[in-house]
Amino acid sequence: MSRSRIVAGITLIAVFVAAGIGYLGWRVATTQSAAAQTGVQLDRPDTMLYVEPGTNRVRQVRGDAVVGTGPACQRVYASGGTMACLRATAVPMASEVDLIDTTGKVLKTLQLWGNPSRVRVSPSGKLAAWTVFRSGDSYLAAGAFSTTAGIYDLRSGTHYGSLEDFTAYVDGRPYRSVDVNYWGVTFAADDARFYATMASKGKTWLVRGDLANRSLTALRENVECPSLSPDGSRIAYKFRTGKTWRLHVLTVATGADIALAETSHIDDQPAWLADDTVAYGKQDDGQPGVFAVPADGSGQPRKLVAGSSPAAW
Amino acid sequence: MYLSSTRAADTARTADLKTPTIGRSVSGTVVALGLVSLVTDASAEMVTAILPLYLMYGLGLGFLQLGALDALYTGATALLRLAGGHVADRLGRPKAVAIAGYSLSAVTKLGLPAVGGSLSGLSSVIAVDRAGKGIRTAPRDALISLSTPVEDLGRAFGVHRALDTAGALLGPLLGFAIIAAIPGGYDVVFSTSFCLAAIGVLILVFFVRQPPTRVSRAAVSVRAALKAATAPELRRLMMAAGLLGLVTVGDMFLYFSVQRTAGLPPAVLPLLPLGTALTFMLAAIPFGRLADRIGRWKLFLLGHGLLLAAYLLIASDIEGRLVAAAVLLLHGLFYAASDGVLMAYAGPLIPAPLRATGMAVVQTAQAVTRAIGALAFGAMAALVQPTLTFALFAIALAAAIATGAWLCRPGAAR
Repeated sequence: MSRSRIVAGITLIAVFVAAGIGYLGWRVATTQSAAAQTGVQLDRPDTMLYVEPGTNRVRQVRGDAVVGTGPACQRVYASGGTMACLRATAVPMASEVDLIDTTGKVLKTLQLWGNPSRVRVSPSGKLAAWTVFRSGDSYLAAGAFSTTAGIYDLRSGTHYGSLEDFTAYVDGRPYRSVDVNYWGVTFAADDARFYATMASKGKTWLVRGDLANRSLTALRENVECPSLSPDGSRIAYKFRTGKTWRLHVLTVATGADIALAETSHIDDQPAWLADDTVAYGKQDDGQPGVFAVPADGSGQPRKLVAGSSPAAW
Repeated sequence: MYLSSTRAADTARTADLKTPTIGRSVSGTVVALGLVSLVTDASAEMVTAILPLYLMYGLGLGFLQLGALDALYTGATALLRLAGGHVADRLGRPKAVAIAGYSLSAVTKLGLPAVGGSLSGLSSVIAVDRAGKGIRTAPRDALISLSTPVEDLGRAFGVHRALDTAGALLGPLLGFAIIAAIPGGYDVVFSTSFCLAAIGVLILVFFVRQPPTRVSRAAVSVRAALKAATAPELRRLMMAAGLLGLVTVGDMFLYFSVQRTAGLPPAVLPLLPLGTALTFMLAAIPFGRLADRIGRWKLFLLGHGLLLAAYLLIASDIEGRLVAAAVLLLHGLFYAASDGVLMAYAGPLIPAPLRATGMAVVQTAQAVTRAIGALAFGAMAALVQPTLTFALFAIALAAAIATGAWLCRPGAAR
């Protein structure tokens, strides 16, 4: 191997090492700390939180005007003066959820196994729930897919690590299967009940959970990623037909079910902006966008901002 | 110790006689190829690891699309592997074909951000990346075997596989570290991955020597390849390796079963493959040397014996972390004793001008039978208890090992 060849090889390799490290270093230097927060105030009326694409930072907007910037998260939600921020960490396949109060102080950080998927806070701000998923990672063979949903109680410090530890009932009988997965928790106003999706053997159910006796009761099939309306009477969710999901709203008391005017495939846990409007994320022009649609099946979807994970309270 | 050092001295002398340029240590070409695999695997695995996050949060795609891409990811590269091997021999330039394969995958690291959220664009880019991997594997293994004296093949493949596995372990760590330091910094993951892949190509271009081979059209025709592939010794090897592949449980099933029978929380599932990979990485070189000393086929069969022990541990349905640790250790040792060792054994059985084709055929036979084995296990595990399935597979594996020992016994008719 000639000397000039070695020199040429090492020089070219050095160029790519320098280019890779240079770009990485420049982007690290110009990135603010993930936890930095300036100006998100949960007591501002008529505002919405969402995650900005590109930077992954939480933005607070009133109409089109940005009024606050929060930490970097994949998913955000806020209610009752508590903000929950779910983000991926430096450990492969791991996430953490920060529970943050109105002043921006982190009350609690929980370490989770899996990529971020959903996060919710109860109307009182006392309970937080998250879903993480494990799929398509390089250590496990492709095709393996599972989710874990957990709840944390800020009042007592109780950590319900996984809904899989609860007792599930289908048609009144205890349901046990190793392939059970849970996702998409939404809380009732009483801080005792919640709803979520349970999946097993290719089926999904809407389950009503009870924190006190750690039980889950299946109510209805094919209801995924439920989201309880502010008045507690309806559940917005995604209804699966074949390979696509469509947003529906179910009236809890009567079982009346309507499809919303958004006809595109939606894979998100919807969030209520008000008692008559549902917001959600969908792909728009190669990046995530936040849209809103009337909750009664009328009207048309309209785009609010480029971003994901809308939250209002 | 005494025995081994005498033997080492012996082989060193013969090696020096045959190829005076290559010393006792593993040749620079093999180390360079190992480094190529290290940076390339790190480059590939860092993208694979953050791809779900990128698709969901960078692009706003959903779970179902993710599943479709996943299936594609594992899609058939078998045909391309055969084609890559044959073209390498046909041109007499395995290095050139390997460069093409590595370059193809490197370019896709820039293609991923370029296609944005287009699902068909993403599928095409991922398919091209897999194609690159398929094309380069056999020429690369041919290069290793052609630039190493026969006596040292086990060690050479051990060195390569250890470096290769180290890259696969590093990649995801690097990818997630970048995303944590730069939230939403998928562009940085892609640029870093591209630079690593480009460095891999440069090491290959500048520091891997193409071993001199004579090419004659007749020697590398499809007919000659078919004839070489069906030569009695290679045919026996493929029958035995294929039979063992049929009774090899898919990795994913093994991890799921270990997690359940050992009573571990599902959250540790992503960590289990790390146990296998770490063991594989650490044991690859010593096992390669052992293969050179005691016989490669013997170690290949012994490795399957270790896998058999792992099956029996799972079938015994004993709870506890120790059982899980033991299974992962055995599983990692099985890889160290079978993956590179099989190539080291197969190499000398294939005429040098057809080395890449022959290795591609052996690898494909093993990959296809393992895929069938995984399907069979899945189907059976759906019918009966997983532990019982493992017991049945253990019996079948024992029979396959015995058959393998008989098929490739020393002195079997040529």
